[in-house]
Amino acid sequence: MSAITQGSSVSEATAPRSSAILISIKQNRGFYGAIVLLVLLYLVYNLLHPRGFTANVLIANANESAVLCFVAIAQALAVVTGGLDLSVGAVMTLTNTIASWLVRGEPWQIILGCLVTLASGTAFGFVNGLIIVYGRLQPIIATLASGAVAMGLALLLRPTPGGDVDGDLGWAATNSLRDLFETYGLFDDGEAPWLQPIAWFPVPLLIIIVVVGMVWIPLRRTVTGRTLYAIGSSEGAAYMSGLPIDRARLLAFTLAGFFAGCGGLYLAIQTGVGNADISQAGVYTLNSIAAVVLGGISLLGGIGSAVGAIFGAMILRVISFYFRVLSIDPLMQTLVEGVVLLAAVSLGTLRILRVKNRLELFR
Amino acid sequence: MALEQQTPPFVELRGVSKFYSGVRALEGVDLSCRQGSIHAILGENGAGKSTLIKIMSGVVRPDTGTVSVAGVQHQFNKPADAVRTGIVSVYQELSLIPDLTVAENISISDPPRRFGLIDSRAQTRRAEALLARIHCEDVDPRAVVRDLSLSRRQMVEIAKAIGKAPELLILDEATSALTSRDVETIYRVLDQLRQDGVGMLFISHRMHEVEALCDTLSVFRNGRHIETFAKGAHGQDEIVKLMIGRDIVHQFPPPPVPQERKPHLVVEGLRWEDRLHGVSLTVGKGEIVGLGGLDGQGQKEFLLALFGVLRGVSGTVSIEGRAASPSSPADAKGGANRIALVPEDRKTEGLMLPMSVADNLLSAAYDKVLRGPFIDPEKSRRAVADAIAKLQIKVARPDDAVATLSGGNQQKVVIAKWLMTDPGLVLLNDPTRGIDVGTKQEIYQLMRNLADQGTAILFYSTDYAELIGLCDRVLVMYDGRIVTELAGDEATEERLVAAALNIRSTDTPREGARQ
Repeated sequence: MSAITQGSSVSEATAPRSSAILISIKQNRGFYGAIVLLVLLYLVYNLLHPRGFTANVLIANANESAVLCFVAIAQALAVVTGGLDLSVGAVMTLTNTIASWLVRGEPWQIILGCLVTLASGTAFGFVNGLIIVYGRLQPIIATLASGAVAMGLALLLRPTPGGDVDGDLGWAATNSLRDLFETYGLFDDGEAPWLQPIAWFPVPLLIIIVVVGMVWIPLRRTVTGRTLYAIGSSEGAAYMSGLPIDRARLLAFTLAGFFAGCGGLYLAIQTGVGNADISQAGVYTLNSIAAVVLGGISLLGGIGSAVGAIFGAMILRVISFYFRVLSIDPLMQTLVEGVVLLAAVSLGTLRILRVKNRLELFR
Repeated sequence: MALEQQTPPFVELRGVSKFYSGVRALEGVDLSCRQGSIHAILGENGAGKSTLIKIMSGVVRPDTGTVSVAGVQHQFNKPADAVRTGIVSVYQELSLIPDLTVAENISISDPPRRFGLIDSRAQTRRAEALLARIHCEDVDPRAVVRDLSLSRRQMVEIAKAIGKAPELLILDEATSALTSRDVETIYRVLDQLRQDGVGMLFISHRMHEVEALCDTLSVFRNGRHIETFAKGAHGQDEIVKLMIGRDIVHQFPPPPVPQERKPHLVVEGLRWEDRLHGVSLTVGKGEIVGLGGLDGQGQKEFLLALFGVLRGVSGTVSIEGRAASPSSPADAKGGANRIALVPEDRKTEGLMLPMSVADNLLSAAYDKVLRGPFIDPEKSRRAVADAIAKLQIKVARPDDAVATLSGGNQQKVVIAKWLMTDPGLVLLNDPTRGIDVGTKQEIYQLMRNLADQGTAILFYSTDYAELIGLCDRVLVMYDGRIVTELAGDEATEERLVAAALNIRSTDTPREGARQ
């Protein structure tokens, strides 16, 4: 007992001032752990890959990861507040079918189509938020039901897969920066000398960076953004502090709808079609939860960030890339993925090992 | 005493001690309880009564000492062990499961079975018989507990305890939720049980109940057993003196000269549910007003009502002459209300434990560090550094999680967080509970400084010494009302304890001054 008190008083009084990055690492072990894991996995993958360390491999991988990244960010917003959004996969599918009707024709039509697609995802998330905040329903239940509604709408819009999303956009958004500018005849068709050092950069990665930079980073610096974390940490304390709980939770689910919409739009641009695939929606929702856990976000709420979710999503994807280079039997793939998912979700319960007071397990 | 010779003790405690992280809850307690007797346990808040009961009923294990039942030494690992020896408790916090029926609750631990399955008809019959025994026939055994009034639930709780065939029945504030009619019934039931040879331990804050029911009284103080005596051996005044004894003297900042103060908060006839029955008071600018009384007399609810947490509050509240009825904490802290509440439970209501000290400090006062819609990092950093320096919070880095701080420093964070909102009225709900003496004194000094700057302070404490040493005036609450007001030197421990028990001490001034 006395040893403990002594120890803590020493650390309070005379702890050496370590550098900011070390502190940050100590406080966000999950997040930095995800980065290290991703880098390691991806290095080994490139070593094993016959054409490893080339821009083409990177671009292909970025394309395959982008949609899951968006859906994982959507999930992260809900999870940080201590809830789960089971409709992210369905909203992604719904917006995918919407985009497959609208993103085509003249440039202004394409832009309008993109905006309408994103707006419908956002609106769907807003309705989720209204049901949860004012209907006082548990997020997991509310989104389970609203997700089914979203799937129903998607099936009405695309009973069978189809649509012809603008091909130029599809090419431009899924390749390198050079290809992007070449498609639209910008910067000397992407051959401008200043561009060359970064011309290899995959457009999908850029899109994710831009969207996160424009939405998530500013959000973290608003009171509403901080309130998201406060709700997840201790809703009682957040309420007693007079923080805008309702507004923050409404915003979390609205933005979850927006990011799911980004995923749906990108999927339509990438594949060129809309597809109301029920099992795909379920897989994306499940993967989004696993990605969030892998990215160092606590399922109990209050800890983690959208950036962590992106790394988590990429880790999941890289694991599936291994199936190709290791030529694992495709029949085994679902099984292995399932085990990886289970392991990822189990990571969230590791804290139980550290809990000393068993009563805390029930809180 | 002839009485003590009649029967050997049924339960006997020898040298029982219990410490919670170094703080004494009970020390060296010897106590005997006999069958066929109603034995009252008296003591102030924190005297060790609840710990005593928890040890006897197997909820906590003593650090040292032994518990013997009917001459055999036992070690209880869980409540069921105690029940097996015949020690049954009726708890103050009801242990009923709201969504089950009365009959299911009464037989919850050992339901009658037929062919291995619960026999619900026998279960209902058993409940009927037990309810009839406590003259509670009006409760339908098939009713769901959720639908019963608090008083009826308490009766069901008692029926459940009697159903376990107790040899020693522990009643912890078991009558506090009862209507007066039910109290009469319970008196008769307990008397009947006594004649049947059941022993009873009776914990109550109501002196007249103790006088009416019990034959033996034991006084506890600061975790020690002071004296056990037969009813009538001491008068009420003597009992109160025994309960207080001599205490550690705290260092308090010198109180200011009494003066006329401009009222800041005026409350008239505040009512809420069955916890507040018309509370009226005034707190002046720069005044520290203490709320006293025993635990659970409506003090906490009163503070929550002022802070906009409770629904359906009636009565009028005005701040600086303007009507103020905040509808939420956000409303209470903002605008012209400028109320701050340091809540009772810092772990669930005061702090977000996994978040950093800086985030916690800012959480109530983000409006002070905004630039446009964004939180300004530089302003935040300065505000946090200010608060840490002002309250001398011992923290290595503001980015450390608040969970890593000691209890006293956590409490400082809660107080600092609310001072950052620049409040005009500060409500404190037992802010010094569970923190060390040094930090306590810093908090006393801080409160006095705040008051000197013109802040109105309303301060609920379970520690009488604090109320006497720190407050300009003390208001004592009993059963949702303010029953006594003690200004300045009038506040003494004797008077406070007497007022808290709502007994007319011979020299209590202004009895019922603010009904």
